[in-house]
Amino acid sequence: MDSQSKIDKTSDDKNKDKRQGHHVMIFGASSGIALEFARPFAAKKAHFTLVARDEDKLKDISADLYTRGARDVSIVAYSLDSLEGSYEATRAIIKQTDAPDTALIAQGILGDNEELLHSPKKMEQMLQINVMSPVGIMMALEESMVVRGKGTIAVFSSVAGDRGRASNFAYGSSKALITAFTSGMRARLTKSGVNVLTIKPGMVATAMTDHLPRSPLMANPKAVANDIIKAITKHEAVVYTPSFWRFIMFIISHLPEGIFRRLKF
Amino acid sequence: MPTESWGRIKGQERDSKFIHWRSDANDMSHWKGPVLAHGLGRSYGDSCLIKDGTLLKMSELNKLRHFDPETGRLSCEAGLSIADLLTFAIPRGWFIPVTPGTKFVTMGGAIANDIHGKNHHRRGTIGNHITELELMRSNGERLRCSLTEEEALFRATIGGLGLTGLILSCTLQLIPIESAWIDAEMIKTKGLSDFFEVDRKSDKDFEYTVSWIDCMAQGEHGGRGIFIRGNHAVGGNIKKDYAKQKGFKVSVPFDAPGFTLNKLSIKAFNTAYYNKQFAQMKATKQAFDPFFYPLDAVGNWNRIYGSAGLLQYQCIIPKDRIEDLKQLFDVIAKSGQGSFLGVLKRFGNIASPGMMSFPVEGYTVSLDFKNIGKKSSELFHELDRIVMRAGGRLYPAKDYLMSPETFQLSYPQWTEFARYVDPLFESMFWKRVTTRG
Ligand SMILES: Cc1cc2nc3c(=O)[nH]c(=O)nc-3n(C[C@H](O)[C@H](O)[C@H](O)COP(=O)(O)OP(=O)(O)OC[C@H]3O[C@@H](n4cnc5c(N)ncnc54)[C@H](O)[C@@H]3O)c2cc1C
Ligand SMILES: NC(=O)c1ccc[n+]([C@@H]2O[C@H](COP(=O)([O-])OP(=O)(O)OC[C@H]3O[C@@H](n4cnc5c(N)ncnc54)[C@H](OP(=O)(O)O)[C@@H]3O)[C@@H](O)[C@H]2O)c1
Repeated sequence: MDSQSKIDKTSDDKNKDKRQGHHVMIFGASSGIALEFARPFAAKKAHFTLVARDEDKLKDISADLYTRGARDVSIVAYSLDSLEGSYEATRAIIKQTDAPDTALIAQGILGDNEELLHSPKKMEQMLQINVMSPVGIMMALEESMVVRGKGTIAVFSSVAGDRGRASNFAYGSSKALITAFTSGMRARLTKSGVNVLTIKPGMVATAMTDHLPRSPLMANPKAVANDIIKAITKHEAVVYTPSFWRFIMFIISHLPEGIFRRLKF
Repeated sequence: MPTESWGRIKGQERDSKFIHWRSDANDMSHWKGPVLAHGLGRSYGDSCLIKDGTLLKMSELNKLRHFDPETGRLSCEAGLSIADLLTFAIPRGWFIPVTPGTKFVTMGGAIANDIHGKNHHRRGTIGNHITELELMRSNGERLRCSLTEEEALFRATIGGLGLTGLILSCTLQLIPIESAWIDAEMIKTKGLSDFFEVDRKSDKDFEYTVSWIDCMAQGEHGGRGIFIRGNHAVGGNIKKDYAKQKGFKVSVPFDAPGFTLNKLSIKAFNTAYYNKQFAQMKATKQAFDPFFYPLDAVGNWNRIYGSAGLLQYQCIIPKDRIEDLKQLFDVIAKSGQGSFLGVLKRFGNIASPGMMSFPVEGYTVSLDFKNIGKKSSELFHELDRIVMRAGGRLYPAKDYLMSPETFQLSYPQWTEFARYVDPLFESMFWKRVTTRG
């Protein structure tokens, strides 16, 4: 783990009691959906390890989760933007806090497709955050969770990953990698007792979509978080949330190429 | 699409930004023009709107910060809604000390208008229960304000119409409750003198009192109504009972010009008033939502008035000006414009720490009007004259039409308050009432 990262010392081992119960580990913990995801676990007295790059945000989230009943919250300020860095950081975190019962990988940026296509730097950064870092984290989680033989690794993909569209295929293809990677890892871990959940939200009202109008099609992050928790409880493989997206994406995925190509969206 | 207030007044912002984190407002210099916070837009007029500036949307800044289950003190971010606050507090045996007639308001909005509820005679305004707030000024200062620290800014911010800076978080003292039910009573009152009588008798023994007045009735029926009073019940299992009270919600997805709330309320009133079962008084156990927030059951009910929107008139007539109160009801009844039902409530003498706070001892009347343009403003100005003669004032949270003179005469402290207004902050309301006509 490099110098930027540090584990909050309030959660040292002598307080073993605090580390009992369900352990939820969230990467990209400052995501709007991730916060709503964490709250019901806090009410059930889970303990948390939260990783994100901004320490002020982590402190505010941690206050919210404590207030709602969290047994313990450790925060790790670390910028999730490389494969090896994220892999090493995750291993170091697990060494200190133990492997999670539920892990959520939530970091991601949308980016502007046009801008990304004209800036190799921005394109690379988007891929680091959306692809490289989640892959590194999954590699590290797999090692430790398989040993324990239980738990869930839930990872954000997106409906945008189901088919590359002209207007956002840069972001979409980053999520397509997540879809394929989680699908394969799920198959690989079938017998281990560890489930891998692929999360495919449609549009959700969070900071990521602040620039878009809050239309009725845009889901509320709390509802999306509830769908994810339900899917984890039921050991599902892929969750579309809100669920109508499964139907829409089925149609979009099956449109003949000739028609699809002419659609401007 | 510009942001609308609850009365469907359109804002003219150049830009709007969601504030998700307390740190999002550390630097306000790169926002376009002047700024103003916007909560859940439950203010009727233009106090939550800005022209040619940036509107800062606060409702997603809604995290809890701390709760002490021993004392009932809660700290939260300013965009937390009362709805979310109650979902947290009620199962733990606590309730908000002061609540408006809708739970879809943010704490920041509640503070900025120093809101009052049905228990003003007992608890004053929300400002009486705020122990501390965190205020972000446009010069980058983040101040902790209370009665002991930055006292002047604290007083200016309570009821400060969002103009003293951005409220990031606050701490408030909740009240303990035992039950998820309200013991409510409804009493028919034949006229205003009957109302005064019941009100006087209810004062000591009831936490919540309010009255519906039939604003169409004239002559011998003038001022008849239904007096509602209640207390938090005792006993039972609050957690279980509250879980059973899942509110229903119907929403009005589009403007429905032919269907008016008036007709709905007339029906409700008539049912209650003429119902034979309901002799003189009726006692019931009520859940929180129907007792405090009956209108929240119909989401977006403001659209019932169509796109012209609605105006609400809310004023105070000081306690010794009963004749003026009667005249106010007379003028409303004769105009035939008002909604069928008005709300009448006596404010007690608990002073708020807020410099610009609306409530003073006396009677507050509020009722909705469909916005019909010139005719509405003529009527409102006629009502204003009665209120001004009585030495009363209007509620900025509801106002869209008062003149600068009316505002400045009834809130003479506004010039002192202006010293605490943050130079970057501005609202359409503030511009309207401080620009000489
Ligand atoms: C059905 C209904 C019933 C009502 N009943 C009552 C009642 O019984 N008693 C009563 O007092 N009021 C009542 N109101 C009015 C309502 O309580 C107030 O208008 C309240 O201020 C609305 O809060 P909001 O969060 O929607 O804020 P908005 O209406 O969006 O904003 C109100 C003001 O707060 C400021 N503001 C918001 N957030 C912040 C912040 N974080 N920092 C600084 N300033 C901020 C805004 O700039 C603006 O000046 C009622 C309204 C409705 C629609
Ligand atoms: N919102 C949608 O419409 C939508 C739809 C489909 C899928 N998703 C996916 O859902 C997940 C959660 O998104 P959200 O909607 O909750 O959005 P969000 O609130 O914007 O959260 C995005 C998260 O990514 C983090 N992040 C960005 N750059 C980072 C970096 N360099 N290092 C570390 N963290 C970084 C953010 O951290 P900071 O707070 O520090 O910026 C934040 O925690 C994402 O993977 C997203 O792709 C969202």
